Amino acid sequence: MSNDLDKKSLPLGTTLAALGCALLQGLPNQAQAGELENWDVDAAVLVYSESDSRVQAAEPVISATRNFDSETQLNLKLVLDTLTGASPNGALPSNQPQTFTRPSGKGSYTTDAGELPLDDTFRDTRVAASADWSAPINRDWTYSVGGHFSSEHDYLSTGTNASLSRYLNQKNTTLTLAGGLSLDSISPEGGLPVGLSSMAVPGSGSFNSDFAASRSGSEDDKLVTDLLFGVTQVINRRTLMQFNYSLNRADGYLNDPYKVVSVLDQPGGTTQGYRYEQRPDSRIKQALFGQVKYQLGSGDVADLSYRYQFDDWGLNSHTLEFKYRWDLGRHYLEPQLRWYTQSAVDFYQPYALTSQVNGGLDEVTADYRLGDFDAWTLGVRYGYQVTEGQEAYTRLSLYQQTTDDFSSSTTPASGDDLPDTTAVMWILGYKF
Amino acid sequence: MMKLQRIVLLLLIGLLISGCSSWGVKPWERDLLAADKMQLISEPVEMGLDDHIYFSKEGSSGGRSFGGGGCGCN
Repeated sequence: MSNDLDKKSLPLGTTLAALGCALLQGLPNQAQAGELENWDVDAAVLVYSESDSRVQAAEPVISATRNFDSETQLNLKLVLDTLTGASPNGALPSNQPQTFTRPSGKGSYTTDAGELPLDDTFRDTRVAASADWSAPINRDWTYSVGGHFSSEHDYLSTGTNASLSRYLNQKNTTLTLAGGLSLDSISPEGGLPVGLSSMAVPGSGSFNSDFAASRSGSEDDKLVTDLLFGVTQVINRRTLMQFNYSLNRADGYLNDPYKVVSVLDQPGGTTQGYRYEQRPDSRIKQALFGQVKYQLGSGDVADLSYRYQFDDWGLNSHTLEFKYRWDLGRHYLEPQLRWYTQSAVDFYQPYALTSQVNGGLDEVTADYRLGDFDAWTLGVRYGYQVTEGQEAYTRLSLYQQTTDDFSSSTTPASGDDLPDTTAVMWILGYKF
Repeated sequence: MMKLQRIVLLLLIGLLISGCSSWGVKPWERDLLAADKMQLISEPVEMGLDDHIYFSKEGSSGGRSFGGGGCGCN
């Protein structure tokens, strides 16, 4: 019915749309006419700090956008990421001190009894750059193309992406189809561990041959393909909505080369050794994402989003995020809240049993990031408009990840023995 | 389960597209929607930093866009 009406009133609607656009371009954008010639820059630094001397990161980022007209823009982004600190290596705490071979095979590190084993050789610098171009094709269609490059001492990623959007209903509905392709190469410190092979025992007579037996080659790669279909809908003058379906496929080397699994004689028993983890060589993730943005009469903006993700590894996750931007003239304050929960992948075990390892276990990980956990992020952003087109902002957030008990008839574990993560994130930035 | 998810997805898309023509604003009513703070991704730099953190610490990523990847952190 409404479709028929739209069709009949198309010439008038088109004229009005053109008039409206001319008005819009003439009025609110007039002040920005000079700015269209210039670059819009957003420069920020993130300081990320986990408790218990775990990962510490400093990440400066600069993003520059050149607007050629209201719909044509080029964005260039450069990120530098420096990491230090320790990261859980996957092994379980034990009532005895535990000694691990460093990933390089040179030297070892020891974890005290009762402590969570952390690999303290974690140190890296990453440089990432990206470029994205978006422009209209005609009145109803727009496109974008982009590329990225990211490099660290043991990882290299290059990728490209493109999207095509179609406007409908006087630009109130936008359909978008986007695709991405990324080719990553992994060259871990000390070579690629053989999945499920034993970690060589530091100081043992056969260390050199055992270490060599646990390595196979020095480099492998993975191909990541992304596909996304999205619908954006203007509901009314104050409300905007988006709905996405996305598919992500990764093929190739998907292990974390620095993660191991403790091998115990029985649940709660004695550690017999450590095996390198082994994940499947392909993964397909699918996600449904929805977002609503609503502007109140006061100028405040409420932003609610939800994502459901599921994959063929058996991981399901829910993410709910809410932000409320409280307008205070030249200042604004934005409380942010995020809740996340995930179930473990099918091959996650907090540890393996000797009988399992001897009995032909073919895939296993004890990486807590693929286990059962819940996470909360609580944050607040503050911004101050220094002058027209310039803004100083800062955000402080607290991230808390709580690992659940692992219920299993073969390898049960208490959440207390598995890693929790607490981190403080601080962002300071300036837009000009 | 997969079948149900597919049906729900198709229903939602159908509902969105059929409902779309009765929703919306006229071109001259876009004043509020044109503001930076009303863009779906209003703070891309902040979002990029968040995506990178969550990609490194959690088993899920993306959904909103292709956020997060390109590093050896997972």
